[in-house]
Amino acid sequence: MSTIAEDLTRLEEIVRRLEADDVELDAALALFEEGVARLRAARERLAAADLKVQAVLDEAGGDLRLRDMKE
Amino acid sequence: MPRNPSLNATGPMALSFLSDLMTPTDDVWSVTQLTTAAKRIVEGSFERPLWIRGEVVGCKAWPSGHWYFNLRDAASQVRCCLWKRDVVRGAKPPADGTEVFVLARPGMYEAKGEFQLNVVRMLPTAAIGQAQRELERVKLLLQKEGLFDPARKRPLPAYVATLAVVTSTAGAALRDVVTVARRRWPGVRVLVVGARVQGDGAVGELVRALRLVNRLPGVEVCIVGRGGGDREDLAAFNTEAVCRALAAVRVPTISAVGHETDISLTDLVADVRAATPSAAAELALSDQRDVRRALDDLASRLAGGLAGRTRLGLERVERAGDRLQAAMEAGLERRRHHVARLAAQLDALSPLRVLERGYAVPSGPDGRVLKRRAEFRPGEPFTLRVADGRVDARVEP
Repeated sequence: MSTIAEDLTRLEEIVRRLEADDVELDAALALFEEGVARLRAARERLAAADLKVQAVLDEAGGDLRLRDMKE
Repeated sequence: MPRNPSLNATGPMALSFLSDLMTPTDDVWSVTQLTTAAKRIVEGSFERPLWIRGEVVGCKAWPSGHWYFNLRDAASQVRCCLWKRDVVRGAKPPADGTEVFVLARPGMYEAKGEFQLNVVRMLPTAAIGQAQRELERVKLLLQKEGLFDPARKRPLPAYVATLAVVTSTAGAALRDVVTVARRRWPGVRVLVVGARVQGDGAVGELVRALRLVNRLPGVEVCIVGRGGGDREDLAAFNTEAVCRALAAVRVPTISAVGHETDISLTDLVADVRAATPSAAAELALSDQRDVRRALDDLASRLAGGLAGRTRLGLERVERAGDRLQAAMEAGLERRRHHVARLAAQLDALSPLRVLERGYAVPSGPDGRVLKRRAEFRPGEPFTLRVADGRVDARVEP
């Protein structure tokens, strides 16, 4: 699953390519569709964002474990 | 001037004072009323604990765990009490004459009617001097090694999805970071690597926690810090070990130790210094409102980009059509010329044109062209084809 950061970075790239004139129409349509999907995903992620706070526990064997923290 | 709380004194001060003198039995303070009033005055006059410098005399640790002693200078002394909960574990009462700083709230011990200092911290002045010298040593060393070098500073990433926080799991610092995160960037994952931030073992735990950050996948920024404390409380953040562990963290770091006025060595080593843990979270996390605006902007540019691209496409198709038509027209024209040229060549080759120049073509009765003398037989008729028609002829017998 992509992160919002990845969505934003990719969206910037898509928009830049669409705004440049050298992209073929088919490719432009594909970029546009991907851009719309990325936009929707990023907005949904923002709306659904739920803060996660986890404690990092260093187990005896040297393994790391995460435990959700109640704030 | 405090009033005896048992009197309903409403009259002018002077009158009441006079009547107090004249009729003592009407206005008697109990000892407790007096000490309570005195306590209120003393404790109400100092809003926060004070640092006081003096010499310890007669310090004794009681079985209860509390320490009692006097603090004195050349002219005065004051009773002091250090409660068990504030006694540093394993510490021994200082010898008489030890010069110390105490952090204390002035108060009254009502049971004895004594003015006293409730001490919450006691530091030998010699230790302070030593700590200061150690701080200078570490600072110089790290500076020489270039750990404070501005060129070392890494920029913070634009959007952070996973944030590591090295601090006490019970402290205000973590609470502040979480509060800011919820407001600014609720999509973030905060990984808390717990470490004591003061007292015994703090240095070791901070070093361990900072090393652990390097083993956490996906972490993009690391905040290390604690809420404001006394200078002594920040000591761990001035140690060489913690500074080196911080410098070795593989992602950009933010040091947030204490309040605005305190600067620790970790502040100098970290990529970014924040005055408080809240400020660190503000620096680390983008504001979701900014991101929403950025998304709106990208959405309109996306639509505009496609529209522009489509328009461009249409223009290109139109241009291509025009070119095609032009090409076809040019082709036709070329062909027309070609045909005309061919026609001209055909025309030039036509025997009829030769006849125009005065030649004639003889042909026999069967229509064959007569090319040789032998083909002309005496007495036989033949035809001459000339430019404007035929002429009947006969070979002389």
